[in-house]
Amino acid sequence: MQRTTMDLWVGLFVITGIAALMVLSLKVGNLNVYNPSQSYVITGNFENIGGLKVRAPVKSAGVVVGRVTDIQFSTQTYDAVVTMSMDSRFPFPKDTFASILTSGLLGEQYIGLSAGGDQAMLMDGDKIMKTNSAMVLEELIGRFLFDKASESDSF
Amino acid sequence: MPKRIVASIQHIGHRVIESIWRLGRATRFFILVLLKSGTSLRRFGLVIRELYFTGVLSLIIIVVSGLFVGMVLGLQGYETLQKYGSESAVGTLVALSLVRELGPVVAALLFASRAGSAITAEIGLMKATEQLAAMGLMAVDPIARVVAPRFWSGVISMPFLAAMFSVMGVFGGYLVTVVFIGVDEGSFWSQMQSAVDFRFDILNGFIKSCFFGVAVTAIAVFEGYDAPPTAEGVSGATTRTVVTSSLVILGLDFILTAFMFRGVS
Repeated sequence: MQRTTMDLWVGLFVITGIAALMVLSLKVGNLNVYNPSQSYVITGNFENIGGLKVRAPVKSAGVVVGRVTDIQFSTQTYDAVVTMSMDSRFPFPKDTFASILTSGLLGEQYIGLSAGGDQAMLMDGDKIMKTNSAMVLEELIGRFLFDKASESDSF
Repeated sequence: MPKRIVASIQHIGHRVIESIWRLGRATRFFILVLLKSGTSLRRFGLVIRELYFTGVLSLIIIVVSGLFVGMVLGLQGYETLQKYGSESAVGTLVALSLVRELGPVVAALLFASRAGSAITAEIGLMKATEQLAAMGLMAVDPIARVVAPRFWSGVISMPFLAAMFSVMGVFGGYLVTVVFIGVDEGSFWSQMQSAVDFRFDILNGFIKSCFFGVAVTAIAVFEGYDAPPTAEGVSGATTRTVVTSSLVILGLDFILTAFMFRGVS
């Protein structure tokens, strides 16, 4: 085989390989959606995080604006401290409300942010004051049964 | 009777000592290849020649089998997921299983049987026909001239081949589920993109395939260099290359997976 044709094939091979890696990271992965290099970190205390996991998305109005980077348990307040890395393109007011929601009936859990009206914005290292815990199905059923029981008592 | 027992214990001991000795020789050989690869990397034409034989000629088998693996994954995943009404998650299933496991592992297994066996047979035959000894007489180091370029070509081409396998697999899954069965195209891609993480999934898969490339080619060049210089010896070495590197790939995959994906979701 000629040396130049061999070089041509190897060049094509390497280019195809790099193209495959690019396709994997851009089309299959979510590299273009969220760039963690420009981000600010905020935390929030939740009474109950349910099934929230590290790397779960943080969404506002359904758009991914950040990711959960760490979940710790605080022995001072006995609740969960969730650290979120937020895209710096999306600043949020200080009185933003964070709640743990579920996508679909059996889907993954994520943090939903609904912006407040404060003029001051959340800065790097700030803490979200208003949080809403995850809904736990057993608690809901328990409350429902309790309500039903008290209803039938009153009659 | 006790004599026979003693003999069988001796046999076990002999085998164990032999295999440990062989492992030591393999490690020394591996370090020697790394030390002498400076010259072969400076004469990069040698590596390019071997890249053609190990990488380019493995393309067909990698691409075709990637396509079929992805198609089967899509079909089977769809069959199960549609029972729960979540057939749009089939993209996530195909992409995650390919990028994390099947891409690096199956591509490495195919690479071991396609390119690894060829490397072993070539080096073994060179040794059997005393070409390596002739090189040594001409003051050309056979490890730097013959072994190191083959080693580096395998190490370079393995990650590319694994990435191509994954891409073809995702395309195969897309073809079967979206084009033939009719899963919604938008949810196929968007669910996949929200589930596959660049650093966690794609980069870890890439690192895995780099490890496999080093393991497969190191085994292949050692088996070839260590083969008894007979026809029988070369054929035995070729078989051992495929068997050993397949086992090493699967074992290494378990260890790497345990380190990479442990404890996170």
